[in-house]
Amino acid sequence: MQVTMTVNGEEVTREIEGRLLLVHFLRDHLQLTGTHWGCDTSNCGTCVVRLDGEPVKSCTVLAAMAGGHEVRTVEGLEQNGELDPVQRGFIECHGLQCGFCTPGMMMTARALLDSDPDPSDEEIREAISGQICRCTGYATIVRSIRWAAAEEAGTRTTAPDTEAPAAEQPAGEEPVATTTGSAS
Amino acid sequence: MQVPAPFEYQRVSTVTEAVTLLDRLGDTARLVAGGHSLIPMMKLRLTNFEYLIDINELHDELGYIRSEPGPDGAPGRIRIGAMTRHRELLESDELAAAFPIFRDAERVIADPVVRNRGTLGGSLCQSDPSEDLSAVCTTLDASCVIQGLDGQRVVSMDEFHQGPYETAVGDAEILTEVRFPVRPRGSSAYEKVERRAGDWAVVSAGAGVWLDESGLVEDARVGLAAVGPNTAGIPGIADALRGQRPTEELYARAGDIAAESCSPVTDRRGSAEYKRHLARELTVRVLRRAVARATGQEV
Repeated sequence: MQVTMTVNGEEVTREIEGRLLLVHFLRDHLQLTGTHWGCDTSNCGTCVVRLDGEPVKSCTVLAAMAGGHEVRTVEGLEQNGELDPVQRGFIECHGLQCGFCTPGMMMTARALLDSDPDPSDEEIREAISGQICRCTGYATIVRSIRWAAAEEAGTRTTAPDTEAPAAEQPAGEEPVATTTGSAS
Repeated sequence: MQVPAPFEYQRVSTVTEAVTLLDRLGDTARLVAGGHSLIPMMKLRLTNFEYLIDINELHDELGYIRSEPGPDGAPGRIRIGAMTRHRELLESDELAAAFPIFRDAERVIADPVVRNRGTLGGSLCQSDPSEDLSAVCTTLDASCVIQGLDGQRVVSMDEFHQGPYETAVGDAEILTEVRFPVRPRGSSAYEKVERRAGDWAVVSAGAGVWLDESGLVEDARVGLAAVGPNTAGIPGIADALRGQRPTEELYARAGDIAAESCSPVTDRRGSAEYKRHLARELTVRVLRRAVARATGQEV
């Protein structure tokens, strides 16, 4: 069968089998290997991509199901040669060790910040609760996402890896949302 | 690599189209909604179909939570479309106000990313004995609307669940809606014990309690998950609680009935004895919380 979808803003059409999973379509048919393929059982979340804005586990979505829809992968985070604040947060705050879970973590983080520009630590932890970091680097992942939130709100005033950006926010100043896209 | 055996993918955009196609293809076809139960089963080759019919486009038609008042302003019912996704059930303030059990349960069903895809109808039709929404629907005395070529029929949850992975939905039928009666002076609660975030239940329990004007129990329902082949309600609990004043002693008695009535098996999630203990303890907790909510002592 033929499937057409928009991937990172570009329309793609391919001949596929109905049983092809979205993760394999992205990796093997489009060579977008940034999306990782992990547990195959919708547990680990390294295959998370955005389908019409919402994070989904692409090992449990058929490529055919994404036909006519918009898919965004980790390759689409970078815009015009500029890394997304989420990507910069992961660099600044050591949000990855081996890097295997990172694409999924960053896609979920981006979707979270698009719908809630100023999430609490608890909200961040809840958002990534369907994803596993086997290096157990969760604390730095949460810190990385918080860094991105502060960066986008223009309230990041000190070096990363120290204190919570939320605590550094000047009293009475509302964080400014500078998000793009939507998580519907 | 886990991939399903080959099948032909079809997509429909209306309920009529779905039942017409199902009628033509018979038991060689299966509907797929969110796919987070069916696709893993197909990947493990536990099941396979010649045709898979994608009904995600029916979300426009069947993704809704509607409150309907009864006659003369009396409490009526809430109707939820079968394609309503877990995330929508979790985020609906209207639903949480009428039935707090939904938010309790949805917080602990899978994880936020899976909840973006999974649907109410898909959960019920999967009919897994450990599945939480089936226990919620049983607790709330829901009824299921099943649509075929010749019209629709409405069945109770007891009729809907025919056994593990078996429902009343025929080959050429589709579950379109689940209906929940709203009664005054009532509330509900849900608790789940799981080994890790997002896992299947070791045991879950839901309770719905409705009080009369003097504060006695007018009706009470308890639904358990993961303690037997069906997510059946326990009628003995309703019988024991009706007309009684809600007290800790009464909850304990209900817990004993729950532990005696269920039939858990020992598996990797726990021993039958431990699950029986959970059935007792969780029944006590959800009844206590449902009553506290019904009497305004807790939200």
